Amino acid sequence: MSGSETAAKTVKERAKEALRNDFLRQAVRFTTDRLRNARLQAAGEQGNWEAWRERGRQIRSHTIAHLDYYLNRFAENARANGAHVHFAESAEEAVRIVLAIAERKGARMVAKSKSMVTEELHLNRALENIGVKPVETDLGEYIVQLAGETPSHLIIPSIHKNRRQTADLLSKEAGEELPTDTPALAAFVRRRMREVFLAADIGMTGCNFAIAETGSIVVFENEGNARMVSTLPKTQITLMGMERIIPTWADLEVMATLLPRSATGQRLTVYMSGISGPRRPGDGDGPEELHIVIVDNGRSLQLGDPEFQELLNCIRCGACLNVCPVYRHIGGHAYGGTYTGPIGAVLKPAFRKNVAEWDDVADASSLCGACAEACPVKIPLHDMLVALRRRKVEAGRAKRPEALAMRAYAAVMGSAGRLKGALRLGRLAVKPIARDGFIRARIGPLAGWTRHRVFPAPAAEPFRERWTGLRLELEREPAAMDPAVRRRLEEALRRRQAEKREGGDERHGG
Amino acid sequence: MKVSLFITCLCDAFYPRVGEAMVRLLARHGIRTDFPSAQTCCGQSAFNSGYWEEARAAARTLLDAFADSDFVVSPSGSCVHMLHRYRELFRGDPSAQAKAEELCGKTYEFSQFFVDVLGIDDLGAKFPHKVTYHPSCHGSRLLGVRDEPERLLRNVAGLELVPLPYAEDCCGFGGTFSVKMSDISGAMVAEKAEHVLETEAEVLTGSDMGCLMNIGGHLRHRGRPLRVLHLAELLYEGVSGA
Ligand code: SF4
Repeated sequence: MSGSETAAKTVKERAKEALRNDFLRQAVRFTTDRLRNARLQAAGEQGNWEAWRERGRQIRSHTIAHLDYYLNRFAENARANGAHVHFAESAEEAVRIVLAIAERKGARMVAKSKSMVTEELHLNRALENIGVKPVETDLGEYIVQLAGETPSHLIIPSIHKNRRQTADLLSKEAGEELPTDTPALAAFVRRRMREVFLAADIGMTGCNFAIAETGSIVVFENEGNARMVSTLPKTQITLMGMERIIPTWADLEVMATLLPRSATGQRLTVYMSGISGPRRPGDGDGPEELHIVIVDNGRSLQLGDPEFQELLNCIRCGACLNVCPVYRHIGGHAYGGTYTGPIGAVLKPAFRKNVAEWDDVADASSLCGACAEACPVKIPLHDMLVALRRRKVEAGRAKRPEALAMRAYAAVMGSAGRLKGALRLGRLAVKPIARDGFIRARIGPLAGWTRHRVFPAPAAEPFRERWTGLRLELEREPAAMDPAVRRRLEEALRRRQAEKREGGDERHGG
Repeated sequence: MKVSLFITCLCDAFYPRVGEAMVRLLARHGIRTDFPSAQTCCGQSAFNSGYWEEARAAARTLLDAFADSDFVVSPSGSCVHMLHRYRELFRGDPSAQAKAEELCGKTYEFSQFFVDVLGIDDLGAKFPHKVTYHPSCHGSRLLGVRDEPERLLRNVAGLELVPLPYAEDCCGFGGTFSVKMSDISGAMVAEKAEHVLETEAEVLTGSDMGCLMNIGGHLRHRGRPLRVLHLAELLYEGVSGA
């Protein structure tokens, strides 16, 4: 599997490939299991997790609702700190800005710490094209880079690789057979990265949060590489999605509580760097020049869209991937985009408003809701997937057989009389292919089902036809109702009527 | 007091015995039910596939069928949850939205109705078998019916409830997903079935026939058929000594 973004194949086809790859499935299952258990434990230890999530959601929703204000504040303050702030509307523009800086600096090597936005921009390829060597310094990203792939997970880029595959890649790079144990492999990468940190002309980082009140960038990481990248090279370029903003450092406390716990189950990230401007006189280290590139690339399309604005609340923790039963089986590359899993399935089509370009990525979900339940900022991803599907249908982009089937569905289900007739026809139709109550034939639209399951034959007598006899039978010997039960029913009814008078929300559950 | 059955199209066509078990259990507690025959389907499969116009055609039959019911009871948490989506489905149609709101307020999933509304969590059933329970995503995660089925099962005499590993993971049904993305769905149900078999239970039970049809159908396809019963069926068998 190449792992590069390609529209050549459908999610369905890529998934089929992934499903045949036992290494991949085992590796993904192993790591996501670990991460999701760790998240549950960390959330439990923290306590009041629901209240933290709600607080996180509020901060993010408030910021996004006033994004123009906070972005301006951030940019003003960052500039006052001495940083160069650039706004890029498109991926191409962002790439142009970065390449111009690299050329001006005569850069030959860029040391990168983890950044999904640079993946989104395919920045490595662009740098290579002008003869600049980008080196990923995050271990997982480095492995993926050596393999010539793209990350398949937001937090664990090389989640799809097992230890053996990793050792092979690193051995090839080392030019000698490395032992497969983690300390040995890590030691090799550490030695290699030291050279990179010292030799790089530019350090490039992502940004987890940008603090509007002081114009600061905050980077979360576990390996210390982002800190090296942002202190040793003379020039630093930080790329951030335009939605990474939070208003204050106090808000960061909430994010710092939610993000590591949701991502890996850590109570704290190992390194949390706050960067407010380039090196000042008297500073021991830090870049002489700091550039911040703020990338739109489809994000602002979500603003003001009631069904998708919350998408910008995402803090890229990866929790939705780790609990997703689809991701569990097909891994990240099958999604065919930079962002994978449930969040990727929504981001990809949402960032490209043009429905004609969507493939079937929004269909790659059973809508089980595990993603929304795990999300630290409560993004209703499963509802968004349905909204995407609806927009595709509304735009006339649905597949024709499906549209016809749905029209037939509406005709039958629009009236009980027609349903009754259809049930009768259905019974007759399957008679020749049903055996001992089940259908096994792989025909027509049933084929997808019967490849993996038997399908039940319709009952000889549907409930609606059985009903009269059943009612008459039960009426012959009615049982008495327990007075306590009667009281409860009457109370429930009274309560509901009272609520209705008060115009209160009478929903339960849901 | 009018308690109506929202039978769901799946139980109507394929599993009338589930509806029957539910009706008989209610009748044993003196609850007379009626079946407004204008009902067809909640519209979920069309809704989830993006065909909201088509979903509305089905949904309207429910709004009409249950207009004058005091309570509505259904053997599917997933279909009950769908009613909670009608507010969006009927955006721009305040009268349908009001009806939908009213319907949501009085509709309960089977175990929810017994435990939360009637206050009955012991039906006096006996079922001396090893049983495992699959909590369906829509019923448990989205509708919020979490403890009720287990409380009913724990009070069944002789029943040994074996916890299902990875219980909360989706079985891969997902309506049209199972046909459209059949290989992914197939991988999901295969894993679910593994976990069911691991429990060595004699009976798999649950509160949504969609999921049970999926898991049970896969087990049979694999040549490992297991008894698969809706919770209502299991309980009814347990009280009638069948
Ligand atoms: S959608 Fe939620 S769970 Fe998924 S990566 Fe974003 S913040 Fe994390």
